[in-house]
Amino acid sequence: MTESTGGIDMDEQTSGVVKKFLYVNRKAPYGTIYALESLEVVLIAAAFDQDVSLAFIDDGVYQIVKGQHTKGIDVKNFSPIYRALEGFDIEKLYVEKESMDARGLTQADLLVDVKIVSAAEMADLMESQDVVMSF
Amino acid sequence: MKFCILVNEGPYTHQAADTAYQFTKAALEKGHKIHRVFFYHDGVNNSTRLTEPPQDDRNIVQRWQKLAADHKLDLVVCVAAALRRGIKDENLAEGFRISGLGQLVESGIQADRLVTFGD
Amino acid sequence: MLHTVNKSPYERNSFDTCLAHVKKGSAILLIEDGVYAAMKGTAPAKKLEQMMKTIPVFVLQPDVEARGMQSRVLDGVKMVDYAGFVDLAAEYPTVQSWL
Repeated sequence: MTESTGGIDMDEQTSGVVKKFLYVNRKAPYGTIYALESLEVVLIAAAFDQDVSLAFIDDGVYQIVKGQHTKGIDVKNFSPIYRALEGFDIEKLYVEKESMDARGLTQADLLVDVKIVSAAEMADLMESQDVVMSF
Repeated sequence: MKFCILVNEGPYTHQAADTAYQFTKAALEKGHKIHRVFFYHDGVNNSTRLTEPPQDDRNIVQRWQKLAADHKLDLVVCVAAALRRGIKDENLAEGFRISGLGQLVESGIQADRLVTFGD
Repeated sequence: MLHTVNKSPYERNSFDTCLAHVKKGSAILLIEDGVYAAMKGTAPAKKLEQMMKTIPVFVLQPDVEARGMQSRVLDGVKMVDYAGFVDLAAEYPTVQSWL
């Protein structure tokens, strides 16, 4: 058991199985804790060598916009963590185009490289997953 | 089927904890297995020893405890979420255990189905 | 995929977002406050009528009855109990909860 795997003995219990995990983010940051705590699951999941994708839909797209300065609300700015995901081999970040358009956002507003997909493409992606976690 | 149950909300404020419990109970009655019930976000509050709800309504914490005892369920409370919210061993209800987020991921891998109950 | 919606369509956009992501071969289950989307004569119900041409729609009966909505459920929406919820979760390869 190690700290990084959150209490799991990797070799005995999970070796070999690779599932497609999708983490669905639909809520804005800071108004609620879901954005931060779902990211914490993603970071732990990185240690398990699974096929991980993140989906940002509806207000979830706000989680990855640039320029988050949280000093005024005295809450930890966790947006840099999205940039660190690549270092954990978590590179499949999908953002829904309709959600971006409705909010007047473009790729240029985002702090991390993502794949912008339509709702129909997102539906296809979701259908192909083994495990879907919502927060 | 082996189910992983993810409970994202605390008792009473949201229906999530109730629905999760009813689903879990129904699954067991149908002969399915529950790999783990994992409590995250405010869901960790399902594990407080200090709950004292009114007598004329369901006792959510006790209900989890009884179900766990009757069926040897693994009720896991996320340590990070628990510490944030002041749930520690000293006020943890019997039948629950505090552990890491890895337990949730592992359960997602090992179970046939993962069902999220939240807000 | 089994899609569940647990919030009222008048409170949150989860119902609409769910509908935008349901593919043929999936099913929708309305639970908790989500059952309000299946009440006849409403705009959400119209959307469900369209969906039901190709997608089965279920509603959790205990939640309908708790809310006193039992006489208002849209025709064609199937009522299930918690055992039925479990059956649906077992029948479809994955469950996605639209919160």
